Amino acid sequence: MLTYIIRRLLLLIPILIGVSIAVFLMIHLIPGDPAKIMLGERATPDDVARLREQMGLNDPLYQQYLRFMKGLLKGDLGRSIFSNEKITTELFERYPATIELTIASMLVAVLVGVPVGIISATKKYSIIDYLTMTGALAGVSMPIFWLGLMVIWLFSFKLGWFPPSARLSVGVDLDNITNFYVLDSIITGNWIALKDSLYHLILPSFSLATIPMAIIARMTRSSMLEVLSKDYIKTAYAKGLSQKVVIYKHALRNALIPIVTVIGLQFGLLLGGAVLTETIFSWPGVGKYSVTAILSRDFPAVQGSVLVLSTTFVFVNLLVDLLYGVIDPKIHYN
Amino acid sequence: MENVEVQIDNQMPQIDKSRGKGLWFEAWKQLLKNKAAMVGLGIIGLLILTAVFAPLLAPYNPIETKILFRLQAPSADHLLGTDDLGRDILSRIIYGSRISLQVGLISVGIALVFGVGSGVVAGYYGGKVDMLIMRFMDIMLAFPSILLAIAIMAILGPQLSNAMLAIGIVNLPRFARIVRSSVLTVKEEEYISAAKSLGASDLRIMLKHLLPNCLAPLIVQSTLSIAGAILEAASLSFLGLGAQPPTPEWGAMLSAGRASLQIAPWVVAFPGLAIAITVLGFNLFGDGLRDALDPKMKDK
Repeated sequence: MLTYIIRRLLLLIPILIGVSIAVFLMIHLIPGDPAKIMLGERATPDDVARLREQMGLNDPLYQQYLRFMKGLLKGDLGRSIFSNEKITTELFERYPATIELTIASMLVAVLVGVPVGIISATKKYSIIDYLTMTGALAGVSMPIFWLGLMVIWLFSFKLGWFPPSARLSVGVDLDNITNFYVLDSIITGNWIALKDSLYHLILPSFSLATIPMAIIARMTRSSMLEVLSKDYIKTAYAKGLSQKVVIYKHALRNALIPIVTVIGLQFGLLLGGAVLTETIFSWPGVGKYSVTAILSRDFPAVQGSVLVLSTTFVFVNLLVDLLYGVIDPKIHYN
Repeated sequence: MENVEVQIDNQMPQIDKSRGKGLWFEAWKQLLKNKAAMVGLGIIGLLILTAVFAPLLAPYNPIETKILFRLQAPSADHLLGTDDLGRDILSRIIYGSRISLQVGLISVGIALVFGVGSGVVAGYYGGKVDMLIMRFMDIMLAFPSILLAIAIMAILGPQLSNAMLAIGIVNLPRFARIVRSSVLTVKEEEYISAAKSLGASDLRIMLKHLLPNCLAPLIVQSTLSIAGAILEAASLSFLGLGAQPPTPEWGAMLSAGRASLQIAPWVVAFPGLAIAITVLGFNLFGDGLRDALDPKMKDK
């Protein structure tokens, strides 16, 4: 197992270098002079020249890449053209918001998707199966930005149950320790803030969770159906075990591998989807930051946010791969 | 030598034809029995008809603004209401079907041509070429797809044609992987060695012998990718990176309607519903096709 982990970590290096090159090249692939595009049409040639100098765009490409990598390893991604703040600082403030939203959505997706899939599989071809799987297919086809707006309209504007935007209500104080609001409020014992931050999380996390939830439900159903037809399940029933024990102890564990794979893959969808959800719910995360950066042609900020989100995705995928061994002892990592 | 090649060439299509016909015929028969797939096909058919006959079906000009009629609720005059500039939403949705269909087909076309090309080359030549191409694909897959599309749009600039290109690029690795794995298994077959020994060029082997073997999974992937592409394009337009006003694109319509969501939810509701139904149609049909054409992939 240890050798496998080390090998997988080593394999990460070329991928991460590849990602860094792709992100670095972004600026150089822009048709025309990136400095001119960033400053807009009204910029004077002097301004453009100054920005080119400041960003080191006049140096040979390999030198620029080496400088980019050197900065990256030191945690320096340059300064935002728009705010002149350090990009690392800006991302550091926003990253927890994105991760909090992603984890909350994943929890919703798994906690709803897996049981729905199990019920569907155990009640194959029943009305419940038919309804849940139709719902799941509709869920897969749902534009999440539309769903987000519709839930805001219904639950915020019409019913007034949940807030339509932000992470915390105005007037609710919270000491920021980790910038994960739910965690911070638990650490500081601030129950008002905990309730309020959870309240703010509900609508965005449910909207973001819709597609992964549907995919997980479909995968759980098909994986469970496959396992439930196996001989050892019949044996378990023949031994007189209750349905609950057979399903949760015998079947689910064996059906988990494809389910975990799909759950892992959904993280990518969630990180990408966060860009849309954060924009709709004015959620101050990396996703919203990247969209604002693109629209204001703040390329260093775009580079930073893309790099952070894709690196997270790469590491989550690694984690999922390593999890297989825990779930399925039959897997040998040789 | 010449004679032998002619002889074999005369025989090969015959064998392929009968086999091919059987597979496609069986698949079609199975597809006809699949109710969900037929619903999907119906939706796709309706979308195509709407796109083709848009000028006849649309009751109003989709880009003509009538400020006096702004944000009108659905009524007999405007079945789906009007937007913030007084444009008829139904007409805009009808014309929008043209854009969605175009986006789906063109971006998947781009992914198909370049993905299949690189997949065949990687699988057929193997070695360093394979490693180089597939590592490149791995790096592309290291980005969440919508994020990669957004990054490409940042480079190319907000425009619908650029969005199609970006979505095409993002979807390319999936096609490359499918084709490569197919090619890897097929290229060791005896008939490929036979074709090689008869002097067939690499290009001929790739096009005539290797590609037909990946046709079924490619058709399935293409149909499902169209659904994804329509959704991704709408997302890009929603973020202001795809179609620009006054183009009646569904995602852009949603984005424009956001400001008036509280007082006129129909401006947002109907274009979103159009996206969802269209994507559902392609997903239903794609699922059915997969069950019919690629039994190994069933329920995956």
